[in-house]
Amino acid sequence: MVRYVIRRLLQMILTFFGATFLVYALMFGNQSDPIQALAGERPVSDALRATLTEHYHLGRPFLVQYGYYMRGLLTGDFGETLSGRRISDIMAQSWPLTIELALLAMVFAAVFGTAAGVYAGLRRGGVFDTTTLAVTLLVIALPIIVLAPMAQLLFGVKLGWFPTTAGARPTLYGLILPAMVLGAASLATMLRLTRASVAENLRADYVRTARAKGLARRRVVGIHVLRNSLIPVITLIGVDLGTLMAGAIVTEGVFNIPGVGSKLLLGIQTEDGPLVVGLVSVLVVVFLVVNLIVDLLYAVLDPRIRYV
Amino acid sequence: MQVRRLTAFVALPLVATLGLAACNSDSASQADPNAVVSVQIAEPQHLVPTNSNDASGTQVLGALFSPLVTFDDQSKPVESAAASVSSKDNKTWTVKLKDGYTFHNGEKVTSDSYISAWNYGAYMPNGQGNSYFFSRIAGFADLQSTDPDGPEGPKPAPAPKATAMTGLKKADDLTFTITLSEPFTEFKTVLGYSAFYPLPKAAFSAPGVLDKDFEQAPIGQGPFKMVGRWIHDAKVEVERYDAFPGRKPKVGGVEFRIYLQPSAAYADVLSGNLDVIPQIPTEDLATAPDDLGERFQRSAASQLQMLAFPTYEPQFKNPDVRKAISMAIDRDEMIRSIFKGSQEPARSFVSPVVAGYRENTCGQACEFNPTKAKQLYRSADGPSKIRISYNSDGPHKDWVDATCNELKANLGVQCDAVPEPKFADLLTKAQAKTDIGMFRMGWIMDYPSMENYLGPLYSTSGSSNYYGYSNQQFDTLVQQGAAAPTMDDSIKKYQQAEDILVKDMPVIPLRFGQNNYGYSERVRDVAVDLYSRVDLNTIEVIGNS
Repeated sequence: MVRYVIRRLLQMILTFFGATFLVYALMFGNQSDPIQALAGERPVSDALRATLTEHYHLGRPFLVQYGYYMRGLLTGDFGETLSGRRISDIMAQSWPLTIELALLAMVFAAVFGTAAGVYAGLRRGGVFDTTTLAVTLLVIALPIIVLAPMAQLLFGVKLGWFPTTAGARPTLYGLILPAMVLGAASLATMLRLTRASVAENLRADYVRTARAKGLARRRVVGIHVLRNSLIPVITLIGVDLGTLMAGAIVTEGVFNIPGVGSKLLLGIQTEDGPLVVGLVSVLVVVFLVVNLIVDLLYAVLDPRIRYV
Repeated sequence: MQVRRLTAFVALPLVATLGLAACNSDSASQADPNAVVSVQIAEPQHLVPTNSNDASGTQVLGALFSPLVTFDDQSKPVESAAASVSSKDNKTWTVKLKDGYTFHNGEKVTSDSYISAWNYGAYMPNGQGNSYFFSRIAGFADLQSTDPDGPEGPKPAPAPKATAMTGLKKADDLTFTITLSEPFTEFKTVLGYSAFYPLPKAAFSAPGVLDKDFEQAPIGQGPFKMVGRWIHDAKVEVERYDAFPGRKPKVGGVEFRIYLQPSAAYADVLSGNLDVIPQIPTEDLATAPDDLGERFQRSAASQLQMLAFPTYEPQFKNPDVRKAISMAIDRDEMIRSIFKGSQEPARSFVSPVVAGYRENTCGQACEFNPTKAKQLYRSADGPSKIRISYNSDGPHKDWVDATCNELKANLGVQCDAVPEPKFADLLTKAQAKTDIGMFRMGWIMDYPSMENYLGPLYSTSGSSNYYGYSNQQFDTLVQQGAAAPTMDDSIKKYQQAEDILVKDMPVIPLRFGQNNYGYSERVRDVAVDLYSRVDLNTIEVIGNS
């Protein structure tokens, strides 16, 4: 187990460097004129352009720029944006927000998704089952770019149940609506997955054996069925993290949360290589760590799986 | 149940009457002079006067600083922090400051506060975004330097010859003179821009070196001072500075709240979480009159949107071809259907916010007349294929497509709308004279003067003349206007210059921008100025009593 974890962690370091190189190269390839991108539609004077180009090593060959960046990165310096803000400050501010939002969304999706999924799976064909089937179909069909403003208009502006925007220092209450929107698609998928695997496992041999042994229904469902049904669901959580981050770009914009998603979008729009690379590198690490945890959880759920 | 329903029936009209009564007393009720209003901004790029030129940054700086001159209803400059700005020859300008102005840290505002700030802004290695504003001042060139191996080469640029402009001279603590390298009649107008604010001694960590931390909590001499520091991506908070000797604002403070997207701010105005949104996003404009009623307002802004011709291309050389294309476009219909009335049709080459603007200078050439357009186009032998390039990072696809359709229908030509990913790409291609056909252009003024449109956009050496337009007579008139003895004389010259544009039609003026702003029920007397900034002197919070 320990050796397995160490091996995975070592792989992560390689992936980290590979990812920074790849993203840096992509950003470099996409770069046409970051100074103009920052200035918007205002003309940029030649003198200013020359000074900024010099200061940020723009226009130097790719490997030289990457070298400057990596030299900074290895000394713990993520660099600064074209408007002079330290990227480490931006990350320190945006990461906690996004983590909070993503965790809330995941908890929301996992708790409600599995609970409703189990219930629907146990009562297949019932009213609850058919309703959730229809509702989840709708949620999965609606892209988040439609869902988020709709939820904001309905629950925030019209009904006034939730704050319309969360802001940079959100209360937990302010984050509930954005988290629900962000987690909605995962919830729907999770519900359907849980329902299917519960329904299937109910007919499995070991469940029939358990019943024949005279175990209480609660124990049969709670221990035998649920535990085995959770394996695909846990896998989904790991994979879904990527979808969550993509959704965060939209959700953070609509609810005005200056988290990683919105900073990433800004970085791409202003062609700010160092900002995007910094955020994505950490994102890659988070993704890898979560998937390592998911892999370790398999062993907890299924005793047949063992890591050496 | 029945009792409850009865109560409801009684209560409803009662509440309604009370509500109406409250509304009526609102207009007469006292304003709350200590309340804080919230105004939407985007994350400013900088909060240093000489480096800040985005709408959000200048909005915040406008609260913290007081300019030398402001503008009256006719866009003519009037002294504000200056007691007088005068010149006999339009070359040497004498600025007398009003006594009694102090910075928020208590330091007295003197001539040095201005001179050191401007020298800092002009010094090229400081990389200040507004440095070109100082380029008219004598000695500006000595603060610039050229890199021997170009900015992309490994060697750094050598330090410029001087750190101070020779044109700035202190006479006494409250008087200084500005000598320009060329006479410029409207220099007083230029001084109204935020690049010309003063800076306190505390802003500099060493002479000529700005404290890196200064923009996190700028110290100005304006009606408001900072509360705490600039909280990035969240807000900038300011409160009334009671020692300010000028016009006092009617609110206790302003919270500039930072939004990633204007649509989120609009939702917040609707639900009463935010007081003012200076520009309602286009996607919400259709519903805004219903959502906000009287609280949805419009005011003039300085933007000019146009279609430019690559005048160097043989097929666009003939001005009649350009005029015919202009006549084939129905500006009013486009504004109605695509922009929901949020912009104004443009039939002049300068914006209505500047002194000297005349309505409809373009005359027939900007009037929608498909039959005449087709005739003219045929007789001038216009190209059978037209291409219009635009940048797809802005909201331009819809109207460019519509324009193309109109040209197809009215001129019987083939027309393609070609997107370029970014505005920078469009400019690079235009500058390199790549064949991109016609292309869209926009302009926001720096200071309210006709010269700020005519000079950069249409003169031969203009900084944003990407269409190769060059007319000797026009250039001379603009130069003569800049050096004319009085402002009225300059305007006459500028107007003559504009008349040449009408004949030559290097671009098609299409639309003037407007501020489409909205506000919550909590505030009143909200105005947005020509720089698209909320006027913090007039805004009031309706009192509870």
